[in-house]
Amino acid sequence: MPIKIENLTHIYMQGTPFEATALQNINLEIDDGEFVGLIGHTGSGKSTLIQHLNGLLKPTSGTITVNDIRIDKDSRNLKEVRRQVGLVFQYPEHQLFEETVYQDIAFGPRNLGLSAEEIDVRVKEAMALVGLDFDSLKDRSPFELSGGQRRRVAIAGVIAMKPKILILDEPTAGLDPRGRDEILGQIKEFHERYGITVILVSHSMEDVARLVNKIIVMNRGRVALYGTPEEVFRHADELEEMGLGIPQITRLMRMLRERGIDVPDDVFTIERAKEVILEKLKGGKVNA
Amino acid sequence: MEPIIKTEKLRFEYTNQEEQQIAALRDINLEINKGEFIVIIGHNGSGKSTLAKHINAILKPSAGVIWVKGMDTRDDDKVWDIRQTAGMVFQNPDNQLVATIVEEDVAFGPENLAIPPEEIRKRIKEALEKVGMESYAKSAPHYLSGGQKQRVAIAGIIAMKPEIIVLDEPTAMLDPSGRREVMETIHYLNKQEGITVVHITHYMEEAIDADRVIVMEKGKVVMQGKPRDIFTKVEQLKALGLDVPQMAELAYELRKEGLDISPDVMTVEEMVNSLCQ
Amino acid sequence: MLKDITLGQYFPGQSFVHLLDPRIKIIITFLFVILIFFVKTYLGYGMVFLFLVAVIAISKIPPKYVLKGLKPLLFIIILTFILNVFFTSGETVIWSLGRVKVTQEGLRQGIFMAFRLILLVTGTSMLTLTTSPIDLTDGIESLLKPLKIIRFPVHELAMMMTIALRFIPTLLEETDKIMKAQMARGADFESGNIIQRAKALVPLLVPLFISAFRRADELAMAMEARCYRGGDNRTRMKVLKTHPRDYIALLCTLVLMIIIIWDSYL
Repeated sequence: MPIKIENLTHIYMQGTPFEATALQNINLEIDDGEFVGLIGHTGSGKSTLIQHLNGLLKPTSGTITVNDIRIDKDSRNLKEVRRQVGLVFQYPEHQLFEETVYQDIAFGPRNLGLSAEEIDVRVKEAMALVGLDFDSLKDRSPFELSGGQRRRVAIAGVIAMKPKILILDEPTAGLDPRGRDEILGQIKEFHERYGITVILVSHSMEDVARLVNKIIVMNRGRVALYGTPEEVFRHADELEEMGLGIPQITRLMRMLRERGIDVPDDVFTIERAKEVILEKLKGGKVNA
Repeated sequence: MEPIIKTEKLRFEYTNQEEQQIAALRDINLEINKGEFIVIIGHNGSGKSTLAKHINAILKPSAGVIWVKGMDTRDDDKVWDIRQTAGMVFQNPDNQLVATIVEEDVAFGPENLAIPPEEIRKRIKEALEKVGMESYAKSAPHYLSGGQKQRVAIAGIIAMKPEIIVLDEPTAMLDPSGRREVMETIHYLNKQEGITVVHITHYMEEAIDADRVIVMEKGKVVMQGKPRDIFTKVEQLKALGLDVPQMAELAYELRKEGLDISPDVMTVEEMVNSLCQ
Repeated sequence: MLKDITLGQYFPGQSFVHLLDPRIKIIITFLFVILIFFVKTYLGYGMVFLFLVAVIAISKIPPKYVLKGLKPLLFIIILTFILNVFFTSGETVIWSLGRVKVTQEGLRQGIFMAFRLILLVTGTSMLTLTTSPIDLTDGIESLLKPLKIIRFPVHELAMMMTIALRFIPTLLEETDKIMKAQMARGADFESGNIIQRAKALVPLLVPLFISAFRRADELAMAMEARCYRGGDNRTRMKVLKTHPRDYIALLCTLVLMIIIIWDSYL
């Protein structure tokens, strides 16, 4: 069941001198099982938007429907929607609090009222998914672990709740390239194995282009662009204007086309770019 | 000319929670010249940060020596001179600003150096102009963006008139526009003010314009050289778990297939030129 | 949201009152508080009241904004009034019901006490309303300086106040974030009895403390890297300087004090 956002507007501190419109008349539909990239620079409304999807914020006006649960400004019981939508915040390792890794990951499932056996199964499963060894780590204090490991514990804590929709707010911020690739790989695997909807908030066009099949671009509280990566990256100038830019490979392809070399516009990865260039330039260089 | 930073068999060891002796730096020999723009890369735990903290005498060597402008950091009388000579900017912009008003924060360093008030005012003005934050002098830090906060932190260092700025992953927590702001600022300081820059980062794109790239792994310097020389060693970098600028990687892949791409391609423009010659 | 709480509630401005030296403002406020406890006559109250009204008018802060500060204390003011009205012994009974009686003396006392409280709160809040936290800290540091002789850590105290002020918004923001993160994991901060609610705070407080310690650690390192070594041999960018206006303000206050004490006791 999909996510449907209709006429969503959110105004912070309405009626005070500090009033600020964070979201303005958002209309969006996200189908089941999609891997969506959400981009936009700081202050574009990304964080406000994702907090609406699991009821942490309520709309000033408009509605959000997640798996037939409707959220509007008067919604009261939001527990069900939080069960369906898992939200991993930025720097999630800062929210760890339990004495052991096991206990911390079990916090969410316990709040769902699951049985001890079920919790056990889920903790094991979640740890395996994020690449943490159950036996050696379950009784360790999360605070003894490395930064990258702590982040995975936090992500496992959300995954263990088995959400139908998983939202991650910049899960790779501050990680080194290896840590980043590992976590993105695990998210991709999780998406493929369980077929759930994933929404990934990211600043890296390269990462987004590589992973997702839909991109939402936010700018000044509005949805500026929404579509497949090909569709979105065709708007290079607009993206540039918003201070976002396009993946380097896409820019390369654009510049090659400007020079008269006929390359397709749906190339975002190095592997694809290599194939395309080799095909065009086989046997040496062409004069454009 | 004498290098402005010099290390000789610099070693740093500490004891971890399990009582094991860990060597974070293993016999590092390094020379950094005045006015150089150095970028240090390496994954988490490779010792980059530990090395940076030695330049500022926050950490002292377990063995070996590090000289900053000829001063030995083990000499306790020189600590404050060293810290004034080599300023340091940290990763988290929130956790290095002390005061509730931007100009008061920039004043913090000069105040510690016992600079007279009129001179402090002058320095604050200059420093904020250099980082492009002069119109925010009276703002509160928590209303600024991440990039702006880092620029204020840099201004706080500039106001102490250092010869070296060491930046420990200053862009890690910023969004792309914040990152750009910070990079422009430090390049400006290096080019226009002649300040020696030691910049630590995970973003390889930030290393392209450096004078020299130093790659660290397990407490050692494993590679160093001009960016164009380093980034052609794609296999080696990948083995270390590091990124290569995308164009350098594509160039490498294409060369492997027999295309005649010049070995020092690192930007999109260079790649286009190389392909369309 | 938590970060919307305005602490210290400084109301920025460029009025005569705003521009006064913070040290002078602190001294005047101090004198004002003492004065309130000396007042005994209607004339005295009238004059203190007029003085305060004048200060508010000069400061150009909307009176409504000033009075809003009284709201949280309304209960205490009313309670003070009632207690004084009913429990002051007196001769002239105005109204009685069985053993409960209201006397003229009681009514007078009640009104005086409530009025005194209102003057006290409004008067002191004029200090925080017209002085930025940082000026206030500078003022306190400067006034306490003589205590250095008895080894009172004046500079350290001021530095702590500055850092606290700097980090209050940051920590409030962080609290908001952690709270939301735990709510997204099904934590419930809103329902249950007191014990359940207290327990529910653990997932909030533990991360908050850890983060505060981490920040403290990093901040300490950053301060040392910027050559911080305590208050000795340190200069300040801002040097507090008194102007003629400060002496005028102080003189006005002293004159008022003398008149009132004259009126009340002589």
